[in-house]
Amino acid sequence: MRKKVDVGKKILGENEQYALRNSLFLAERKTLCLNMISSPGSGKTTILTRTINELKDRIKIGVIEGDIETQIDAERIRATEAPAVQINTDGACHLSAVQVHSALEKLPVDELALIFIENVGNLVCPSAFQLGETAKVVVLSVAEGDDKPAKYPAIFAKSKVLLINKMDLLTAGAQVDFDIERVKTDARRLNRSIEIFPISAKTGEGMSRWYEWLLRSIKNPQL
Amino acid sequence: MHELMVAQNLLTAISAESEKLNARPISARISCGSLYAINDEALCFAFGAIAKGTTCEGVILSIEHKPTQGQCKDCGQSFEVELSDPKCTNCGSRDFELLAEAPLILEQIELETASNGTSYN
Repeated sequence: MRKKVDVGKKILGENEQYALRNSLFLAERKTLCLNMISSPGSGKTTILTRTINELKDRIKIGVIEGDIETQIDAERIRATEAPAVQINTDGACHLSAVQVHSALEKLPVDELALIFIENVGNLVCPSAFQLGETAKVVVLSVAEGDDKPAKYPAIFAKSKVLLINKMDLLTAGAQVDFDIERVKTDARRLNRSIEIFPISAKTGEGMSRWYEWLLRSIKNPQL
Repeated sequence: MHELMVAQNLLTAISAESEKLNARPISARISCGSLYAINDEALCFAFGAIAKGTTCEGVILSIEHKPTQGQCKDCGQSFEVELSDPKCTNCGSRDFELLAEAPLILEQIELETASNGTSYN
């Protein structure tokens, strides 16, 4: 005999429960937590090392590094003397809230004003998984082309900040098809309030506005 | 390929429900917000692969993508957001806020129960 049964159960319920626990844990300590999402090679780790080095006299920053394999990124972060925990996802294309939960236990969160979570390089999958972060920051480098906000709307719709990295390539006159106005228009189409900072983590161009935003947000970690 | 993690969670949920009712699952219907970017083909493929040898082997999935909802900041109207050309369907304004996304939900399972008391699990 066949019958239909209504279930109405959340499929990612367990991930959401951990995300909620992480978010309460961070809110109690007034720690700002930013989930950094981008394609591989957009320059997330370089942005983080420069940001940590240039703000280290003013605020204490910790990092949770997500990668499929290796400790390479965590080692780059530790060279700045900031505490870093590496999570290896062993093939998974995104971080989940339970992984972030155990990483938070290994960081001196009470001493940190800001935690960056560097998600696995991927513009699609990480956007579907809440980690308990305060906000998402999407990074796009000019070498990837200006059609990304139109092609991958979800992550641009859900992010508080868009960092457009490797601006030095445009300034240097590299042959890159990148219309920055198109990126801004497409990113704001679903998200009018997204903050957009064109930067070069290599030369330091434009980084001061990003730092101002970070320092302002640390005072109000609810965003 | 975040579909694999979704498939694993789905398999656990369908198996648990079926076991509770001592029945074999035939098909399942799930729903999710369109911004989850779930690819139907990838989800069915992942589910089929991990369901082999379990009570969920052969279960047919159907996936309903719920449109993203927005609320207009000018006229206050809630509306379905057309991702390629998003604007308020009431007044045409492009100043709106995206509302919370519909979660991934296992809506319904179709089950076959044994009339002679045979256990499926």
